[in-house]
Amino acid sequence: MYKRINYSIIIILGIVFFIPLLWVFITSFSTSKEVIGSSFPLWVSNPTIQNYIDAWNAAPFLTYYFNTFVIVFGILIVQIFTITLAAYAFARVNFRGKNVLFILFLLQLMIQPEILLFPNYQVMSQLGLVDSKLAVMLPYWASAFGVFLLRQTFKQVPFDLDEASKIDGCKWWQTLWHVYVPSAKPTYIAFALVSVSHHWSNFMWPLIITNSDENRPLTVGLAKFAQSYETGAQWGMVTAGTVMVILPLLIAFFIFQKQFVSSFMHSGIK
Amino acid sequence: MAIKQNAPRRKLSFSFKQNMFAYLLLFPSFIFLSLFTFYPTLKSIHLSFYSGPMTRLQYSGLEQYKEVFTDDIFRKVMLNNIIFVIGTVPTSLFLAMYLAIWLNKKMAGSALLRTSFFYPTVIPLIAVANIWLFIYTPQYGLLEKFLNAFGADGSNWLGSQSTVMIAMIIMIIWKDTGFFMIFYLAGLQNLPKDVYEAAMIEGAKPFQIFRHITFPLLMPTTLFVMIVAITNAFKNVDHLYIMTKGGPDNASNLLLYHIYEVAFTNWDLGKAAVLTVVLIIVLLGVTAFNYLFLDKKIHY
Repeated sequence: MYKRINYSIIIILGIVFFIPLLWVFITSFSTSKEVIGSSFPLWVSNPTIQNYIDAWNAAPFLTYYFNTFVIVFGILIVQIFTITLAAYAFARVNFRGKNVLFILFLLQLMIQPEILLFPNYQVMSQLGLVDSKLAVMLPYWASAFGVFLLRQTFKQVPFDLDEASKIDGCKWWQTLWHVYVPSAKPTYIAFALVSVSHHWSNFMWPLIITNSDENRPLTVGLAKFAQSYETGAQWGMVTAGTVMVILPLLIAFFIFQKQFVSSFMHSGIK
Repeated sequence: MAIKQNAPRRKLSFSFKQNMFAYLLLFPSFIFLSLFTFYPTLKSIHLSFYSGPMTRLQYSGLEQYKEVFTDDIFRKVMLNNIIFVIGTVPTSLFLAMYLAIWLNKKMAGSALLRTSFFYPTVIPLIAVANIWLFIYTPQYGLLEKFLNAFGADGSNWLGSQSTVMIAMIIMIIWKDTGFFMIFYLAGLQNLPKDVYEAAMIEGAKPFQIFRHITFPLLMPTTLFVMIVAITNAFKNVDHLYIMTKGGPDNASNLLLYHIYEVAFTNWDLGKAAVLTVVLIIVLLGVTAFNYLFLDKKIHY
């Protein structure tokens, strides 16, 4: 009895949570007459892909996709390099000022680059980088979060393995490459998923720092696109644009669902 | 390590080498941290004591702070942000915990339900704003059509000062609950099974079990998720750009969005710096709470 009531509540909630996604898909295939007119919006009687064609022609989505890819992977690749080195230093090297430096790294967890919109804009304009993809990426090239995540994993690598490889004549980078990096593969995957989905979604910083379509990522492109079509008649087109932006993420999510969930969990536990 | 027991001179040179080695490893991270975290933070603090137009900034001490703290818009924005935190955090945490407890069991359909609650997490907030803008639109919106089916009439949810905040809060709960649910699912899996068995033998009722066992044992998870949720409530403001621009009459404006307006529409550097400092202090405060309070609570 008790169980049944709770499960009913949860199933109803589940349906309610799912409706916005269902609705955005349906609307993206509806004619503009149907979007406004129909009294039951979760059904489409004359499905059309015209909205997608119109949206695709109305804004340079291909450029936006390309920019998002460059930005997201441009951030990730450099992050992996910087966090690997820093995590190795914090996990396995004793040096003067380790604690102070560690606390300085901690600061980035609290003061994340996205809240420093305005001073970071000034830094970029001093560097002459306003309106470039590089400017979107640079503030994220160091990741305290990644360093902490990876440091934890590196610490679990048995020290004997490290020493054995050194006795075998490995240089430190060879040890890092052959011993530490392979053992941290799940951590790298977790970090990559969190980083990619985070930067795919990032909006305020790219909005401020880019002002041309050549450098805008999908999120900013979508916002600009949606704002020029606010009336109900063009919802079909705007929802089509929205679907184009969220679809890659949703597909990735459904394929890597287990990894996604566990990496978000992983990243929280730290 | 054996080398450490060598003669003092060698030890010194060794540690110098080791220091340099570590610094070199940290250098790439450090250069970006300095440029985009430390320097901008210090610069904001510095600029917050200045006022005037960009080219002729003048030292004004705490004048700028005084001005901001007596500014009606700033007070409204801070109050909004507090209401936003109070509206989103407890509700989404409670809902997340409730869902996690019931979806923790492996049952037919529970994986599907978990997906339904989690998928909003992977959608960018700006796209969420697009979707919900249409849900809330008067006359044609999804919510309006739903209400019409019951013969009721909706209002202009985003256009009226009295409803805009609650509309935003509901949307954010929809977006974040699934994310927090994941942490609770992880927390539940780490709970000791024997305690539950003992409680069952004693004949405890489900609600008693929740109140006296599950809830207190999930406390570390709750505190952690709470910090994340509060920080998010100050950090994520993308939806305002699409949905309301902070309006009507600043009724939905939040601190970070207000900074964006002050800095990039009014180009008021001193004020933007003060606001940034306020935001930094809020976030440092939340995290300090995390480390001073949560860290002690986490081991019992």
